[in-house]
Formats: sequence, C-alpha cells, structure tokens
Amino acid sequence: MRFMRDPPPFLFFTGKGGVGKTSLACSAAVQLADQGKRVLLVSTDPASNVGQVFGIAIGNVITAVPAVPRLSALEIDPQAAAQQYRNRIVGPVRGVLPDAVVKSIEEQLSGACTTEIAAFDEFTALLTDASLQQTYQHIIFDTAPTGHTIRLLQLPGAWTGFLDEGKGDASCLGPMAGLEKQRSQYKAAVDALADPARTRLILVARAQRSALREAERTHEELAAIGLGQQHLVINGVMPETEAAGDVLAAAICRREQAALAQMPAPLRSLPTDHVALKPFNLVGVAALRGLLDDAAPPIAAAPDAPVMPPAPTLTTLVDGLVGSGHGLIMLMGKGGVGKTTIAAAIAVELASRGFAVHLTTSDPAAHLVETLEGALENLSVSRIDPHAETERYRQQVLASKGRDLDAAGRALLEEDLRSPCTEEIAVFQAFSRIIREAGRKFVVMDTAPTGHTLLLLDATGAYHRDVARQMGEGAHFVTPMMQLQDRERTRVLIVTLAETTPVLEAAGLQNELRRAGIEPWAWVINNSLAPAHPSSRLLQQRAASEMAQIEAVSSHHATRWAVVPLQAEEPVGVERLRALARH
Amino acid sequence: MSTIQVFEAALCCSSGVCGSDVDQNLVTFAADFSWAKEQGAAVERFNLAQQPLAYAENAVVKAFLDRSGIEALPLILVDGEIALAGRYPQRRELTLWAGLTQPEPEMAGNCCSGGKCCG
Repeated sequence: MRFMRDPPPFLFFTGKGGVGKTSLACSAAVQLADQGKRVLLVSTDPASNVGQVFGIAIGNVITAVPAVPRLSALEIDPQAAAQQYRNRIVGPVRGVLPDAVVKSIEEQLSGACTTEIAAFDEFTALLTDASLQQTYQHIIFDTAPTGHTIRLLQLPGAWTGFLDEGKGDASCLGPMAGLEKQRSQYKAAVDALADPARTRLILVARAQRSALREAERTHEELAAIGLGQQHLVINGVMPETEAAGDVLAAAICRREQAALAQMPAPLRSLPTDHVALKPFNLVGVAALRGLLDDAAPPIAAAPDAPVMPPAPTLTTLVDGLVGSGHGLIMLMGKGGVGKTTIAAAIAVELASRGFAVHLTTSDPAAHLVETLEGALENLSVSRIDPHAETERYRQQVLASKGRDLDAAGRALLEEDLRSPCTEEIAVFQAFSRIIREAGRKFVVMDTAPTGHTLLLLDATGAYHRDVARQMGEGAHFVTPMMQLQDRERTRVLIVTLAETTPVLEAAGLQNELRRAGIEPWAWVINNSLAPAHPSSRLLQQRAASEMAQIEAVSSHHATRWAVVPLQAEEPVGVERLRALARH
Repeated sequence: MSTIQVFEAALCCSSGVCGSDVDQNLVTFAADFSWAKEQGAAVERFNLAQQPLAYAENAVVKAFLDRSGIEALPLILVDGEIALAGRYPQRRELTLWAGLTQPEPEMAGNCCSGGKCCG
C-alpha cells in the first residue's frame, strides 16, 4: 500500500461516513506497530467501535492495546466535547437568565461548527504536545478537520481582540471563546497540519461517483490551504472474481469500474491504493492485519443465506402518503445514501396513481431526474443548483452588506459565507419558493434543512410572528419550521444504508429534527443486499451483516420503514423507478 | 473617557450570515465598531452566545432581559447606564458618547459644510 510507505508522524484519514476511515486507520496503526513503531491511534468515530475492534474498553484516556504490542488508542467523542463546551458557557447562567434566553444561547452553540471546533481543540493538544511525540513515533487520526475550520484559524481577522483578550467577537470561531488554549497553540497545530514532513492526509472514498466527487472537493479545499501531502484510498472495491457467478456482483463491479474510469482529474494525480471489499466487518486484530494485505482474504464458509424478514416496500409507504392528495415530502439523509433515487421513485409512484407531482432536486448530477422530464403527464421536474444558489447568495451579501467593511472584516465575512450553514440556507430559500405549491399538489424534495438551520431561521420567524400578531394581521404567517412541523402538510423521510455508521448518522439527524419539533414520518433503508438475494458468497456474508442494522431501524429508530434492494441496473427512467418501489 | 458596552443577541456568527437574512445594521455596526476602536474609544461588544455571564452579572442588563427579552437587544450602556436599546448605534452616536473628535463632515461644499444649517 503506497499510503503506508515512509509515513510521517501524523496520519489523518478523511472521507464521508461509512467509507471505512476507522477500519483503515486501525489497520494502518496495527501494521506500523507490527513494524516496531510506537503508535497512538485516535478515533472520533461516533460508533466508537475501536475498543470493540480490539476487544477492550478505551474511552477518552490513552489506553494500551494488549493484543498489539506498542499500540495505544484514544477515543474522542466530538459530541461530548461540544457538550462540555456548551456547559462551560451556559452552565453559569442557567436559572439566572430567563429560560428563553438560555435556550437561544444553546441553539446557537448546537451547530456543526461548534462540534467541529470542539473536536479540533482536542486535536490541538495531540498535535502540539512534544512529550507525546517523543513517546509515539506515529499518531493516527480516523478523521481530519475541515477546510472551513482550518481557514478560519488562519484568518488574522478572526483573532482580532479575540482569544488574545479572551473575548468573543468573531464569526464561526465564536465557539472558541469557551475554549482555553492560546492562539499560539492553535497556530502550531495548523502549522503541523500543513507541514508535509509531519502530516499525511489520506482521502478515503468508495468507487462511487458521489463519494469520488466529495473526495475531490476535500482534496482541492485542503490542498488550497497547504495540506500538500495527500493520498487516495479507494476502499471496498468489489473483486472481479466475485462477478463471475452473480448478476448483482457483476453489476456492482461494472458500475465501480465506470466510476473509477470517470474519476475527477484532480484525484488522478494522487498516489492511489485500492482495497478490496471484505466479507465481514473488521473486528479483531487478525481481520485488521488482513485488510491491507494484497492477497485475497480467505472467505469463511458461507453462513446460511440470510433470512430476510418480511420487509415493507416503498409502495406500502406511498399508500400512507396519499392522504389528502397533496403535501410536501422531504427526503433527508447524508450524501450518497440515494435520496434523489428514492425521491424520484416516490414521485413516479404517486404520479402513476394519478396525482399531480412536482419533483425537485438539488443533486448536482441529477441525470436520473432529467430522464423523467416529460415522461409522465402529471409529473413535473425541476432542479436547484446548490453551488449556483450559494454563490448568488454570497455575492449578494458581499456586494450589498459587505460593501463598507475593511479587508480583515471582509475576509471574515467571506469565510462565514463558506460555512455549511450558508449553503443550507441558500438552498432552502430556493426551495421555499417551490414549497408553496404543496397546498395544491405533491411536492417531493431530495433534501431538507437540518433541525439546527430551522431553529436558527425560526428565531427571526418567531419574532416576526409576534409582531404580526400584535399588529392584528397575523393569521397567515408561516415560517419554514411551522410548515415542517405540520404533519398534515409535511412528511419527512429519512434515507439510510444498512450499515453501522450511516444508521448512526441518520439517528443523529432524527434527534436534531426532534429538537426542532419535527417527527420524521418514516425511514427508508436503501441499497440493501439482503432482499436482493445475491448468490455471491461475499455478498451473502455482507447481507447477513446488514440484519443487525435493519433490526435497529425497524424496532428502535423508525415508526414506519421500508427496505429498497440494491439494483443490478441503475434505476433510471419510469419503469425501473416503479419497479424499485414495488419490488 | 466614557466606556461604551454593546450587549448583542445570541449570534452564531458575529457577521450574522447564519441567519435567514444578513442584518445590514450588524454589518455596518461591525465596521463602525472597529473604526471607533481605532480612534481610541473604550468600546466593547458582548455576544450572548459566547459571554452570557457578562449579561447575568450586570444588574442593569439582567433586569432589561427579564423585562424585555432577547427581542429587545442590542442594549447599549454608556458608563453603566442605558443609552440606547433595540438598535445598533450609529457612528455619530459612538463619537458623541466616547467624546471623540467629530469626523470631518462628509459632504464638504454643500449646505451642510458649516455643520449647522442641517440641524
């Protein structure tokens, strides 16, 4: 594996949830320890399965791994770090300031930015502690800070009168007001990240278009701010040997090879490794040693073909959606789980039943949706380009409101406008124009704002509502949040995959929506192998490992649910989408 | 010299871009604030989301919040007394409170150049 040659002291694995960052980080750590190096493995995986992988309890103190000499591990829980931080700020005023005030503070500190900054604070100690670097020759992280966080730390404007004076005055960095380190320490951490002699960044992706596109974005963003030493690992590649006897495996193989052939140009220049799909989740030191082994792993005797309990189909969910013949249907989930496909399948099914439907997508590669244009009489299709919307919003703000700022202030405003919240708000504003149609027909969307964004947007909404009421004209004031809280008008469906991390991430989204008073109506488990009845042993074993996650969704997370099998052919066009819903 | 304290609402970003619409007043004030500091004024900003303790420990601010709520912010104290509430101060007001020299009249040559006729 090229990413393991001459490794510098710090290795960061980055990629979206479920691509296998933690497994690769564990495996790399074991390999280096086996080579005689003293290694510290740092995991921020919310599934927190590093302890489980090594068969010990780890937690937030450095713990030796008995099964692997010279290896120690540490688990950081970014949510817990963010909570500690919130408690530091909010704790002293709880019960002192009015409840509404305390609540508004907590919400401001509940965004992704806070979690990210809190996690970075934990990294900072590890990157700058000289004694730690004497003890360990390598420190391996299963995640990396985002470009947004690092850029903020690099902006001189962000620090003016800020940490130096211990006073908050700046942007998304605001959360750092509650953190205790000095500016010099954060600067040292950023310097260590940008030093190719000390840090290697390993982008992890699957051989899928959306995952590769995301890896490209991360690559360019981090390269632009100086993280020059990057590698690419394509994880979970379907071995061609499996394709011989199995239609599904052959189709996956074809699709992956096509995605790799069309890999974005900037990624091609990176040193790249492929890691083959393994039959089992990687638990235990032996499995980890096998992951990076080029030799094909022995496939254990196939278990009995997994018995899939009777699972509801998408069609049964649509039966429950029909209701009054109109309304808003929003698909929600992390990137790459297939929100657009599920949205299209629901729209086709509803239109086929004679309802007027407007399907709208923000997927930048929505060729799937384009094939539906004009395909059914009562189905209309539209697209929102998130990049164009965000750029328009940015330019509008900078031109009008940033006009009189000095250079430092303008740089800070520009960086704030690159935060994930900004894109969400810009896209949601575009969507809210279409939402109005939901009073007459079905509007199906492949995205939804997070609970945090809704709560932030509603802070102004609540105020306007009060004013409108006092002025006696307020009967028709509906904020986006009120619209989404109304179960008669809006149904939110959570889309996920039957894998550990995606299910955990989906549960996180659900909790956040509940905080905003929105109860998801149903869950859809997409691309499931279990109901696809593969004959390949490798796929059968992976199907068997899906059962625990399907069980968790059906009995724990969801009130209504459906399973959509992985398709041999890409579900494009009316016929295949209909088949997807009705399988 | 007088001390000016600006107690703001809970802002995720001090630029306010995280909201549904960017508040022009906030952006303008950010510029005026740094200008006043450069002129040597004793002026401080507090963000409710970051320094809530400063609100809780100041009797005037706490009483104001109890009575009027967060919707009534920002609150501006000059030497500890309420000088303004519900909107951000203008550069002219900062100048006055801080006892700074008046900025040069902007439109020299028209009727305002004397500084009197426009009131």
